Amino acid sequence: MKYWVAFKGIVIREMWRFWHQKARLVSALVRPLLWLVVFAAGFRAALGIAIIPPYDTYITYDVYIMPGLAGIILLFNGMQSSLSMVYDREMGSMKILLTSPLPRPFLLVSKLVAGAIISLLQAYAFFLIAWLLGIEVPLMGYVYAAPALLITALMLGALGLLLSSFIKQLENFAGVMNFVVFPMFFLSSALYPLWKLKESNEWLYWVSAYNPFTHGVELIRFALYESWNPTATWVTLVTTVVFCGVAIWGYDPKRGMQQKKKPSK
Amino acid sequence: MSLALNVDSLRYRYQQKWVLDNVNLQLEQGQFYALLGPNGAGKSTLFNLLCQLLQTRDGAIDVAGHSTLKAPRKALAALGIVFQQSTLDLDLTVQQNLEYHASLHGMSSKASKAAIERELARFELIDRKKDSVRSLNGGHRRRVEIARALLHDPAILLLDEASVGLDMPTRDSINQHIRGLCESRGITVLSSTHLVDEVLPEDHLILLHQGKILLDKPCQQALDDEQVGGVKSLYRNLTTSGEAA
Repeated sequence: MKYWVAFKGIVIREMWRFWHQKARLVSALVRPLLWLVVFAAGFRAALGIAIIPPYDTYITYDVYIMPGLAGIILLFNGMQSSLSMVYDREMGSMKILLTSPLPRPFLLVSKLVAGAIISLLQAYAFFLIAWLLGIEVPLMGYVYAAPALLITALMLGALGLLLSSFIKQLENFAGVMNFVVFPMFFLSSALYPLWKLKESNEWLYWVSAYNPFTHGVELIRFALYESWNPTATWVTLVTTVVFCGVAIWGYDPKRGMQQKKKPSK
Repeated sequence: MSLALNVDSLRYRYQQKWVLDNVNLQLEQGQFYALLGPNGAGKSTLFNLLCQLLQTRDGAIDVAGHSTLKAPRKALAALGIVFQQSTLDLDLTVQQNLEYHASLHGMSSKASKAAIERELARFELIDRKKDSVRSLNGGHRRRVEIARALLHDPAILLLDEASVGLDMPTRDSINQHIRGLCESRGITVLSSTHLVDEVLPEDHLILLHQGKILLDKPCQQALDDEQVGGVKSLYRNLTTSGEAA
């Protein structure tokens, strides 16, 4: 019972924070919408997407990138959660969570799930706007996408958690954008199918093929079209567990990075 | 009388430097303990070990009879903690901050509501519960933090330089209130400070200097033993460096 109370409390707190930071929702949506409305419009004529699974016909570029843009919402929200955890640690409010009389892995996973739920809400807000812009997927696809989005959000949130356990100062966070977020996004199938990338650079293709974000995007893409991609599912799940495990290790006061901090004066 | 906190032969080091060296403490139930020491004495490290933000196997800590190594969660449940740095979420309201803390201690909605009303009334903050923490002044924020630390009825209240940054009247008011908790609720308070004027002759004084306990006795008794008139002189007599607290 007390685990449920604590989990609910952590989720509700994230909701409150999200509600108090409405600009976060707007900025989370503006980025993918710019890609969808401006970038995709420019490339629609230039790029035709051949028939590749899960599509059963030729599709336009904006239809192709929609799952990838949902992925970028999850990716940025995962990093936002990570940034928020580094901020909480610097500001001290993380201590309230870590001194709660509940197992630390449970607390961190609860925080991860809370962040994933926020990501899910943002992704559905994006789907709604995309639908209003005329980009539709099968109706049941929106339902099937929920678990795919949740698993991908958990994976990216776990990556954020992992980064937050190793990043000691807020100032160091800018590097995450350059060294994690942009490479993950551009070296994935979010903006272009991997076979196109293979035509131009085989090395980049293989890097992208092993990028867990690619698998998250493919998981969402297949789910939106009422299909299941088992490889993407397993890669995403295993990556989530690995990232989460290392992050929990990082937050362990006996072993992880927290131990290596200098004493406060 | 039962021990609220027992620290036995505790040692802790950062890399090669020992910041706590053979620290022993026995805190009795319902007493107020002032932990005095200059910046860098090891007070915050001791507090971080007590609340398990740091861990060591060099020595033992028992909180309300629960070992931090063998029963860490029971030990944490018995602690109420106010950190040196504010840990309130500025974007949330007073009530939301308190509800969050109560949930982390597994308190039901009904129990949490009653406890929040009780503590906010005690700290005269009941009319501020819907206000954002950002809108509160430093004194009120500190009161909210203390109220929050008491929500789950801890056996021990740890205050890590809780009066830092507050003006004198606010400091006095908060300190008076905290001392009252020992009598009214039977709670044990361990309050760290680097300010000698915060220690009263009736307090039990623990003097931590360069990671070692130099003194652990009632302040008045220490003053009599050293034949000095005030805590400042006592502190100077006992510390070899002569560094002013």
